[in-house]
This record gives sequence, C-alpha cells and structure tokens, in this order.
Amino acid sequence: MWQRLMRMLVKELLQLKRDRWARFHLIVPPLVQMLIFGYAATFEVYHVGTVVLDRDNSQESRELLSRFSFSDRFRVVRIAHTDAEVAEAIDHDDAALAIVIDAGFAQTLRKGQPAPLQVIVDGTNSNTALLALGYLNLIVERYSSDYLADSLVRAQAAGPVQQPVRVEIQQRPWYNPDFNGRWFFVPGVVGSLTLVLVVSLTAIAIVREREVGTLEQLMVTPIRNYEYILGKTVPFFLIGLAEVCLVALFGSLWFGVPFVGNPFILLLGTVLFLFSTLGIGLLVSTTARTQQQAFATNFLVLNPMFTLSGFSFPIASMPQALQWLTYLDPLRYYLVVIRATFLKGVGLDLLWPDMLGMGVLGLVLLTVSVLRFKKSLD
Amino acid sequence: MTSVAVAAEGLTKRFGDFVAVDGIDFTVAAGEIVGFLGPNGAGKSTTIRMLCGLLRPSAGRGLVAGIDVAADPEAVRQHIGYMSQKFSLYNDLTVIENLRFFGGIYQVPRASLPERLAFAISMAGLEGREERLVSTLAGGWKQRLALGCAILHRPPILFLDEPTSGVDPQSRRRFWDLIHSLAADGVAVLVSTHYMDEAEYCDRVALINRGKLIDMASPAEFKRTNLGGELFLVECRPLGAAIARLQDTPHLLDVAAFGNSLHVLVEDSAYDSESLTALLRQGGVEVSLAHTIAPSVEDVFVRMIGRTGGPH
Ligand SMILES: Nc1ncnc2c1ncn2[C@@H]1O[C@H](COP(=O)(O)OP(=O)(O)OP(=O)(O)O)[C@@H](O)[C@H]1O
Ligand SMILES: [Mg+2]
Repeated sequence: MWQRLMRMLVKELLQLKRDRWARFHLIVPPLVQMLIFGYAATFEVYHVGTVVLDRDNSQESRELLSRFSFSDRFRVVRIAHTDAEVAEAIDHDDAALAIVIDAGFAQTLRKGQPAPLQVIVDGTNSNTALLALGYLNLIVERYSSDYLADSLVRAQAAGPVQQPVRVEIQQRPWYNPDFNGRWFFVPGVVGSLTLVLVVSLTAIAIVREREVGTLEQLMVTPIRNYEYILGKTVPFFLIGLAEVCLVALFGSLWFGVPFVGNPFILLLGTVLFLFSTLGIGLLVSTTARTQQQAFATNFLVLNPMFTLSGFSFPIASMPQALQWLTYLDPLRYYLVVIRATFLKGVGLDLLWPDMLGMGVLGLVLLTVSVLRFKKSLD
Repeated sequence: MTSVAVAAEGLTKRFGDFVAVDGIDFTVAAGEIVGFLGPNGAGKSTTIRMLCGLLRPSAGRGLVAGIDVAADPEAVRQHIGYMSQKFSLYNDLTVIENLRFFGGIYQVPRASLPERLAFAISMAGLEGREERLVSTLAGGWKQRLALGCAILHRPPILFLDEPTSGVDPQSRRRFWDLIHSLAADGVAVLVSTHYMDEAEYCDRVALINRGKLIDMASPAEFKRTNLGGELFLVECRPLGAAIARLQDTPHLLDVAAFGNSLHVLVEDSAYDSESLTALLRQGGVEVSLAHTIAPSVEDVFVRMIGRTGGPH
C-alpha cells in the first residue's frame, strides 16, 4: 500500500510541478487578492457623510458640531430633527455616521460630569466606519481638552477646582454588531481562496485523468480505490495547508494583520476545512466526464457557498431557510474559525461547534464521494 | 500450451436496449495470439473491457487466469496487462517517470525494478530518451512504451486494444515482433486491430460483427473455409466498365477494387484466367493480367461483413 501511495504522490507532485496553470493559480491570485484587500483596507477617508441631531441646542453642542462641519474628514449632509430622520439618512446611504447630542449635554458638562455623545455608525463598511471613528475621536478629544482648559480658566476665577470634564462617546454601530476591524476581510479571503483552489484542483485533476484515459489504465492495475483517492487528495491537502500558511504569513508580515489566536487551533480548523473541500472536489469529479463539465459544476457549487458563507453578507440577516442552508457550507464554519483565531484569539471552548460542523461535513462528503467513485467506473 | 488463459462464456453487454456484445464464446490459450477483427462498433473494445473488469457483463461471464472477472475484478488485475484503445500514459511525465510510476503501482519488487525498467526501455527502443517528456515522442515509441508499462509486472495475459492504430508500418512491424516474443514466453495475447494484414500475424483470428462472434480460426483456415470460392487478381482498364461487366454474371460471387486492380471472387472452378479474360474483353475491357491469388484475410473479411450486414 505504501509503495503505491508514494508512487501516486510522487506522480501527482511531478505533474503539478509541470502544470503552469496550476502553479500560477496557486501563487498569484492569493497574493494579488491579499494585496488588494490589504491596501484597500488602509486607504484614508475624507468627507464621510454625516447626519447630526442636536437635541440640546446649547452653545456647547453647537460648538462641538461646528468642529465637524469645519473638518474635511466629515461632511455634514443633514441636520436631523428626529431619530427617524437619522435612521432614514443612514438607511439611504446618505450618511455613514450619525452624531446625536441628547438634551442636557451642556448641563452635564457644566456639572463636570462625562457628557454622553451618541455616535451611530453604518457598520456594513466597517473599514470606512473605523477610520471615521478615529477622526471623530480626535475631534471630540480636542474639544474636551479645550473645554477643560476653558473651564479651568473659569474655575480659577470662580474658586473651587472642578473635576476634569470630558465628553464620552457611546458607539452604536448598526448592521455589523460585532464591529469587526479593518482586517475583517483578509482572513475571509484566505478561506475563500483555499476553497476555490482545493475544490477546482482536486476535481480537475481527477476528471482530466478520466478524460485522457489514464484513469481507465489505472483501473486495471492493482491500485485500490482508497490509494488512488488518497494519492489524488493528499497533495492538494498539503497545498491547501501551504496556501493558508503563505497567505497568513504574507498578511501578518507585510500588512501586520494581527494574529492574536492560537495557531494550532487555526491549524485544526484548516485541516477540517480541507477535508470538506477535498470531499466537495471529489464529489464534483464523480459527476463530471469532461473538464468543462467539472468547471461548470465548480462554478455552480462554489458561488452559493460564497454567498452563504457570511463572507460579505451577514448570515443573521438572511431569510430563515437560507440560514439553515448555511449549515451545509464548510466555508461558513471556517470563516468563523479563521476570523476568531486571527483577530480575537477565541479558543476551542467557543469554536468547537464550528469544528464539529466541518468535521461532520468532511466525513459525509468524503464517504459519499469514495462510494460514488467506485460506482462511476462502470 | 493448452492451458486456457482467457475464456468468454456467453459474454454479453447491453447498453440500454442496444446489445453491444451478444453472447460471445471463445478461449485464448497460454502463449497464443488471438486477433480480434471487426468493423467499427463491432464490440471489440467492449469485450476486452469486460474481460479486464472495467465493465460488468450483462450476461455470461469472463474467466481470466481461472478467475471470474465480474465476481472478483481485483484478483484479476495482477495477472493482466492492458493497453486501452486510447493512448493512456502520462504525457506530462518523462519516459522513466511513467515506467517508475507503473512499476510502483504494480508493486514490482524493488530488487528487480531496475532490470525490468531497463528491459522495458530497450524493448521500446527508448535508450537515451529516458528523460524525454512522453508528449514529445513519436507514435511508434509511445505505443511501445505503453506496452512496456503494461508488462512491467510480467503478466501472463495481455489485452491490447488496437495497439498499432495510427502508427507507421515499420513501427507496427516492430510492435508485432514484440508481441510474438512475448507469446513465445507463454503470454496469452488478445489483440484487436483494424489492420487486416496484422491478422496474418495471429495464431487465430476472431471475426466480430454487430456484437456477434462470426468465426474464429487460424488465418489459413479462416480464409479457406470462409471465402467460398476462388480469387483472381485482374489488372485491367477501365475499372468501371470491368466492374459493370462482371456484375450479375453467373457463378461470379464478388468484385472489389483494390487500388487500380480488381479482386474477383468466382465459384470454385467456374472460371480460369483465360475464360475470365475473355469475358472481360467481350465487354471492351483491356486486360493486362489475370491470375488466381491466395486470398488475404481482408478479402475474406470484406466478404463476410458483406454477408452478415455492415456496421451498425
Ligand atoms: N458506455 C457505452 N454506452 C453506450 N454505448 C456504448 C458504450 N460503449 C460502447 N458503446 C457502443 O457499443 C458498440 C460497440 O462499441 P466498441 O467500442 O466495443 O466497438 P469496437 O469494436 O471497439 O469499435 P472500434 O473499432 O471503433 O473501436 C458501439 O456501437 C458503441 O457505440
Ligand atoms: Mg474499440
């Protein structure tokens, strides 16, 4: 068994080494995507559409809001008078940010207490939102310190020293409740690219043998089903692992994406994820006679998997039926694992359901495809 | 030499309503070369693929090395070598990489592997080309390499499905020499071919048409019993007029053009060269030569296919 398996592996690797198409697609697109997402994530923002609602209408509140009007980072697109108007501005994409000053703002400030400033952020574009929040913080801090300086001057005149005064920002991001950071997408890219590469390469590699006729030649040799399938999948398993490492390293070293989690948990997740992607690739290969059919099936299978994975659309806002469907999508689980380990350092105690999900999917997919593979000979 | 290596017993394959192979019976003995002849779609490949365990028979059974193929296809693998109709080595691997791969898959013992590889390379005449990508080899070399790969594990039974198609005559000749030397070592060979001249190299030929085995005999016997007459070679001009003259003539069985001469089949001792020449001259045909010839398998083949109905 080992001799045959080793021979299969050597052969696959040799073929892969000579396959320019595969080599190109293994290395170039992941890095290009990484660069695009990486650089897009660090762009500066100007003129963020902002809606303001001033319920206090005091000298202090007007002073604070005017600082936003004068900043080129923000553009006040609307002065709202009700919460509904604020919501409307954000819903219609007129504004990405709302600043709400409640009645009593000035009074609280004057008492020397932290005065709340409500900031509502459209979290769908978390990148813009985060950068905008940064500038907002700067403006508010400067306002606070100016106000403090003013009040100290006044306090000296009045006598007793007051408590330091500050404006406290209360963030209320909408639509992206976790408010994921600027690197939210980068780990997602890793998962999606791995999915595409592993599924396509596995399916194509087997279907090509079927199409060329070498599969028939192999079937009359004493090679066992599982030896052939292992020989075909192990290389792509290794490639998938290398791919994740490559992109993860590149992301960390080049862009400084934080990796705060446990690499072994990510490794475990990646292994389980690869099992299920290999299963999908094998399954596609059993349904296709030609490489074109395999390409078409890949396309049909992979697209819904993206959509359902939560990569760009939050699963929680999908219709219930679709939400159920997402449980069949390994990428769904992997995105959770990769984001959680990369960005949040979450452990197995929270991730085990996702690991289990991928494990079960992988097992079922691999079993079904191995059984189908046998049948598809006849 | 009488031990039976391959036996087909009522072997049948249906694809839906279509019967591709229809109750075929035959045997191949160890050391024997059996040639499968038949027009396109006759069922040659389907029969071979059933015997290799690639297709499940719809009825009947195939015994290979004494094993019922459908019952235990895996057990048969170690005993057989197979060259499919389609060239099926890895084009993106080199000669030696292909050989090593198949050697490994067949689990050729490590100790004897170098000697087997060397044998396959010299047999295929590929010395010095070990590192070439298979895709860059010419047809004859590819076929011999494929044969080399198929016999690395020294199988006692070989199935060759049109191994020489699309190969130049010299390479075909050389390929047949290889087959003969294998048979001399006791290997049973079942080989299908489109080239009628190759039938003469076989110990026995099996004629298949529309899924049925029509006849199986040695080439000499095959010709003797199946022709049903005497064959004349006639060189004459114009051919068209000659054919027209000979059609519907009593005791004249068949006329076929071969290049710029005619093969004329007549009932035994109905004509001799003089009377045939006279007959043609009456029709205004210029005859330069007319004499009896020994029929080739092709003559018999064409005649028999004509009798049993053309391809599907
Ligand atoms: N998998 C299949 N499904 C349906 N029909 C098939 C299948 N395989 C072969 N056939 C049909 O069975 C018949 C016999 O095919 P086969 O390949 O055995 O012919 P052959 O004698 O090898 O012909 P050729 O000389 O062209 O190779 C053909 O008509 C073919 O179309
Ligand atoms: Mg055929």
